[in-house]
Amino acid sequence: MQGFLNLAWLVPVPTFLAFAAIVLFANRNKTVSALIAIGGAVLSFLLSWPIAFSAFTADHFGQHPVEAQLFSIPTGTSDLWIGYQVDPANALMLFMSSFLLVMIFIYASGYMTFPAHLSPATYPIAAAQGKDPRYSRFMAYISLFATGMMGLVVSNSLLTFFIFWEIMGLCSYLLIGFWYEKKSAQAASIKAFMTTRVGDVFMLVGLMFLYIHSQSGNLLFSDILSAENLHHLATLSVTVPLINVTVPWVAPIAILIFFGTVGKSAQFPLHVWLPDAMEGPTPVSAMIHAATMVSAGVFLLVRMFPLFATAGEVAPGTMHFVAFIGAFTALFASTIAIAQWDIKRVLAYSTISQLGYMVAAIGIGAYVPALFHLITHAFFKALLFLGSGSVIHGVEHGLHHVHEHGHHDEPAPGGEHGGKEGHTPTEAAGHGHTGLVIHRKDGDLNLEDPQDMRNMGGLLSRMPRTGWTFIIGGLALSGFPLTAGFWSKDEILGNAWGGGNTLVFGALVISAFLTAFYTARQIGLTFLGKPRTEMAKHAPESVPSMTWPLILITPFALLLGFIGTPWGNWIEGFMEPYIEHLEFHALHVEFSFIPMLVSIVVAVGGLVAGYYVYGQGLAEGQVDPLRNWLGPLWLVFHNKYWIDEFYKGTVVAFSHWLSKVLYWFDDLWVIDPIVDGIGQLGVWLARLAAEFDRLVVDGLVNLAGWLSNRAGGILRNTQDGQVQVYLLLLVVSMTVWLLLKALPIFLKLV
Amino acid sequence: MDFSNNQWLLPLILFWPAIAGILVLFGKNDRVIKWGSILASLLPLGLSIMLMAGYDFTKGGMQFEVKADWIPAINASFHLGVDGLSVPLIFLTTLLSTLSIYYSAGTITHRVKEYFIMFHLLELSMLGVFMSLDYVLFYVFWEISLVPMYLLIGIWGGKNRNYASIKFFIYTLIGSVAMLLAILATYFATGTFDIIGAAAAKPFMDIQNEATRHVISSLVFWGLFFGFAFKVPSFPFHTWLPDAHTEAPTAGSVILAGVMLKLGAYGLLRIVLPTFPETSQYWSMWIVAIGAIAIVYGAFVCVAQTDLKRLIAYSSVSHMGYVMLGIGAAASVLTPAGVQTAMAHFNLTQEEVLKSAAMAINGATLQMFNHGIITGALFLLVGVIYERAHTRELAKFGGLSTKTPYFYAMMLIAGFASLGLPGLAGFWAEFFTFRGAFALVPYWAAFGVIGIVMTAVYILWRVIQNVFLGEYDATKVAHWTTVDGQHADGPTDMVGFEKLTLWPLIAGIFILGIYPTPILDYFNASAVRFLAFVHGLL
Repeated sequence: MQGFLNLAWLVPVPTFLAFAAIVLFANRNKTVSALIAIGGAVLSFLLSWPIAFSAFTADHFGQHPVEAQLFSIPTGTSDLWIGYQVDPANALMLFMSSFLLVMIFIYASGYMTFPAHLSPATYPIAAAQGKDPRYSRFMAYISLFATGMMGLVVSNSLLTFFIFWEIMGLCSYLLIGFWYEKKSAQAASIKAFMTTRVGDVFMLVGLMFLYIHSQSGNLLFSDILSAENLHHLATLSVTVPLINVTVPWVAPIAILIFFGTVGKSAQFPLHVWLPDAMEGPTPVSAMIHAATMVSAGVFLLVRMFPLFATAGEVAPGTMHFVAFIGAFTALFASTIAIAQWDIKRVLAYSTISQLGYMVAAIGIGAYVPALFHLITHAFFKALLFLGSGSVIHGVEHGLHHVHEHGHHDEPAPGGEHGGKEGHTPTEAAGHGHTGLVIHRKDGDLNLEDPQDMRNMGGLLSRMPRTGWTFIIGGLALSGFPLTAGFWSKDEILGNAWGGGNTLVFGALVISAFLTAFYTARQIGLTFLGKPRTEMAKHAPESVPSMTWPLILITPFALLLGFIGTPWGNWIEGFMEPYIEHLEFHALHVEFSFIPMLVSIVVAVGGLVAGYYVYGQGLAEGQVDPLRNWLGPLWLVFHNKYWIDEFYKGTVVAFSHWLSKVLYWFDDLWVIDPIVDGIGQLGVWLARLAAEFDRLVVDGLVNLAGWLSNRAGGILRNTQDGQVQVYLLLLVVSMTVWLLLKALPIFLKLV
Repeated sequence: MDFSNNQWLLPLILFWPAIAGILVLFGKNDRVIKWGSILASLLPLGLSIMLMAGYDFTKGGMQFEVKADWIPAINASFHLGVDGLSVPLIFLTTLLSTLSIYYSAGTITHRVKEYFIMFHLLELSMLGVFMSLDYVLFYVFWEISLVPMYLLIGIWGGKNRNYASIKFFIYTLIGSVAMLLAILATYFATGTFDIIGAAAAKPFMDIQNEATRHVISSLVFWGLFFGFAFKVPSFPFHTWLPDAHTEAPTAGSVILAGVMLKLGAYGLLRIVLPTFPETSQYWSMWIVAIGAIAIVYGAFVCVAQTDLKRLIAYSSVSHMGYVMLGIGAAASVLTPAGVQTAMAHFNLTQEEVLKSAAMAINGATLQMFNHGIITGALFLLVGVIYERAHTRELAKFGGLSTKTPYFYAMMLIAGFASLGLPGLAGFWAEFFTFRGAFALVPYWAAFGVIGIVMTAVYILWRVIQNVFLGEYDATKVAHWTTVDGQHADGPTDMVGFEKLTLWPLIAGIFILGIYPTPILDYFNASAVRFLAFVHGLL
C-alpha cells in the first residue's frame, strides 16, 4: 500500500484531463461529457482513497510524511521547488474531498436539467434533451474545480497551494455565474471573485514576506514551517508602519495569510460573497460550500498552523484575533440564518457560521478539532446542500405540474412549452413574475419561488429519501448526540472550555443553540406540517442519480464522528506523531463533562425549541412567529445587518468614483490636456516662427531684394542708351575727378 | 566580418525582413504579396528559435557577437550580440511579427503592398534595437522604428488616426532627442559608442567634484530615462499610448503593445542600469514610484473606459508599471552601499537582497515577455469583434458567450492571464516582481497590489460581463458582418485564420503559466550576470 503515497501528484491529473478532454473534444455531446467528468472524478477518488488509507494504516505515519519535488523555477542564484506531499492532515482531506466530489459529480449529472429562466425556443436542442444548454461546459468547469482542490490538497509548497487556490477562485467565478443570463448571477460571480481576491491579495503579501524572511529561501511547507525557521521569524522584528508597533515578523505574516482564509472561508468581514454564491447551480453550492473552496480556507490554517502557533506564542494578539474573528463570525452568521427564507441561503449562513467554529478552534490552538470538524462538516453540509437542491428540483417539478394541469388559463413562465423540467433560482422574479410577489411583514414572498421555504411544507411524505437524509444531515449539523457533528463540535467546545477561553466558549455555545434552532426551523418549514402551496403538493422525489449520492453520504454524516470521541480518539492519535514531527504545540485539554453536557443541552434545546415553533410547519400565509417576538431585531437579521448595502455605498462606490475621476484627470482634465497643450504650444510657436520667418527673416531678404530693385530702378534711368548722355556723364565725371585730383595741388600752391 | 562560429545568424535574422520588404516591392498582386510576406516572416522566426536553442547558458553573457567597423571616424561600429535578456525578446518580436502579418493578410484590403513593406521594416527596426551593442546603431534602429509605425497608424488606422499618429511620433521623438544628447555625453566621457564598453568605463565617475559628478550623471540619466520612459510608456508620459493603440490597425496594436513598449524597458535594462548604477540607485525611488502609481492608476482608469480597445490600451499602462516597479526595485540596490542600506532597513541578509534584486528583474523581464503574448492576444481578440461589429463600444455588446463560444473561451483565457491568474503566464511575472519589490521597496509594493484587485475589476466587470454575459440583444449593433465584410444576421464566431493566429499565443499563455522556466532561464541568467557585473564581481 505504501507505494500509493508516491502517486499523490497524480491525484489532480484525471480531473484536469477530463476538463481538457471535454473542452477540446467532447463539448458537443452532453452525455459523453458527463461520463468523462465522472470518470475523471472516480479515477481521482480511486487514487485518493488508497493513498489516504495507506496513510491511515501506516505506523506513526506523521513522523515520516512523504514529500518529493517535481520541478523548479530559477530565482536568481537559487531555485524555487514545486512538488507534492502526503501527511496526516492532507490524507484526511484526500479522504473527504475525493469521495464528496464523486458524489457531487454524479448528482450534478442528474441535476443540470434545462433551466426555467431560459426560453426553450432559443435552445431547441438542449430543451429537447431536457438538459442545460451548457451542460458540457458545466462538467468541464467542475472538473477543473476538482483539479484545483485536489492539487491544493497535495501541494507541498505555499506557492502551489496559492496557485490551486486561485484556480478554484476562477472556477467559482465561472460556476456561480454559470447562469449568466441572470443579472443576479453575473453580479454574484464578480462579487465572489472580487471579495475573495481582496483576501487573496493580503495572503499573497503575507506569502511574499514569508518567502523573503524565511531562511530557506523557498516556500516548501517543510522548510517554512520548520521549528528552526519559525524561531528565526519569531526573533526577527519589524516595525509596522502607520501604527508604529514593533512585533516579530511572524505575527504580521500570520495575520496577512489569515486574510486569505477570511476571504476564502467567508469570515467576517469578507463573508458577503458566500450567500450570493447561491446563484450558482446547487451542485456548485455543495462543492464550494462543503467539499472544496471554503474548506480550503480552513485547511490553509491547518496547514500553516505551526506558523500561527509560533505567532501566538510571541504575539498572543495574533491568535486572539483569529479566535475573535472565528467566534464572532460563528455567532453573527447564525443570527442571520434564523431569519432567512431561501432554503439555500439558510445553509449558506450556516456554512459561514460553522467555518467560524473551525477558525475559532484554530485561534484557541485546537488544531486537531478544527481539522476534525472540517471533515465532518464537509460531509453533512454536502448532504444538506445536495438535499436542498433535490427539494428545489422537486418543488419546481411541482410548479410545472401545476402549470400544466391546473392553470391553463394563466400565462405560465418559461417552462410551459413541453413542460420541460427545470429550476428557477432566486431571481425568478426577474422574469415577469413580479405580479406574484406579495409583500409580507416577514419579507417579500414570490409565490413561484421554489427556494422560498414559505412555499414548501410537508415534503417529507412526497420526497422521503431526500427528506430523511436531509433530516439526518440537519441533526448532524445541529450537533445532535452521537451524530458526526456532535463529536467534532464537542471537541471544539471542550477545547475552548478546557483552554479557559470563556468568551469563545460562550459565543460558540450560543451559536450552537441557534444552529440547532434554525435547523429545526428549516426542517419544520420544508418537510413537516402541511404543504402550503400547490407546487409543494405536487413535488415528486428526485431521480436516482440525485438521491443515491444523498444516501451514500448519509452514513458518514451519522457515523464519522466516532473517529474522534473522547474515549478513543483515533484522529488525535493519527495526528499526534505529525505534531511531534513538526515540533509545534497544539492545545491538549483533559476531557471534561461540562462542555459535553452544555453541548447536548444546547443542541437538543435548540432542536426542541425549533420544533416547538415550527414543528407543524406554518399555516398558509402565517407570519414567522419569530418576526413578532423579535420585532425590529428580526429585520436586522433578515437584512444581514445591511453589510452588503454598506459595502456598496462605500468601497464599491468609492472605487467607481475614483476610476472616473482618474480617467477624467488622465484624458480630459490634466495629463492629456498638458500633452495637447504642449502640442498646441508647439504649433503656436511654429506659427510664430513662421510669422517671424515671413516678416523678419524673409522680410530682410525681401527688403534687400526690394532695395536692389529700387536701386536698379533708379540706376536704370542712367542707362537709357543715349550716347549724348553717356558722353555728358563722362565729361562731367572726368571734370570732377580732375578737379578732385587737382585740388591738393591748388591747396599747396595757395 | 568573420562568418564562422554562427556569426551569420544575427545579421541574417536582422536583415532578412529588409530583403523581404524589397521582394514585396516586386509583388504582382495582393495574394502574392500576402503569402510571400507570411512565408518570408517565417525565416526570422525559425532562426530566432535556433538562436534560443543555440544560446549557451554555461558560458552566459553576450553570444553570437558580430563586430565590424562602420564609421571609424567616430568609433561607431556595427556591433551585434545577444544575451539572456535579448534572446527571448527577439523570439517575441519574430513571433508576433509573423502572427501579425498572418492576421493582416486576412484583414488588410487597401494599399496592401505598402502595408507589408512597412511591417517588414518595423520588424527589422525592432530586431535591430534588441541586437545592437553600439549606441549609434541602437539609436538608428530606435528611430527607424518610429517611421513604419507612424505610417501604419496614419494610413491604416481608425477615425482619429491623424491625431494619434502625430502624437505618437512627436512624443517619442522628443524622448529620442533627450536620449541622443545623453548618448553623446556618454560618448564624450568614455570615447566609445560601445554599449558594454561604455558601461565598463563607468562614465563620469572620474569627475572629482562630487556635486558636478552628481549633476552631470543625473542629467545624463534623466536624458536616457525620458527617452526610454516615453516609449514604455510610464506614467505620466503615457497619453500617446491609448490614442495610438486605439487608432492603430489590429496588427499594429499587437506590435505596438507587444514589442515596441518593451524597447523602452529594454533600454533601461541594457543601457541605463549597467552604465549608471550609482545614479540609477540614487533616483531609483522615482522609478519605483512611477511604476507603482502606473499600476494602480492605469487599472483605475481602465475601469472607467467605455471603448474595449481603449481599455486594453490602458491596461498596458498598468501592466508596464510592473516592469518599472521591478526595474526600480532592482535599481535601488545596485551598489554595495545600497545593498547595505536595504539590509539594515529591512532586516535582510546580503544574499537575500541580491536574490530579491534578481527576482525583481526576472519579474520585470518576464512581464515584458508575457505582456507581449497576453496583450497581443487581447488586441487580436478586440480586432476579431471589431471586424464584425464595426464598433468597440462596450455598451453595444452583451450575451456573446453563447453566440460566439470560441471567442469567449479565447477572451477568458487571455483576460484571466492578464489579471494574473495563477496557472497562466501573467501570474509569474507579477509574482516575481512583487517578490522582489516587497523585499526591497515594501511600501510602494504594498501600494501596487491595489492594482491586482482593480485589474480583476476591469477584466471581469468591464470586459467579460459587458461583452459576453447577459442576454444577447440583436438591436444594439446596427450591422453585423462576417470577418470578410459580408452581411451577417448576428455575431459570427472566429474563423480559421483568426484561430490560427491566436493559438500560438494561447498555448504560450498556458505553457508559461504552468512552467515558466524555459523563458525564465534566459532572463534569470542575464539578471544574475548583470547584478554580478554592477557589483564588480565579474
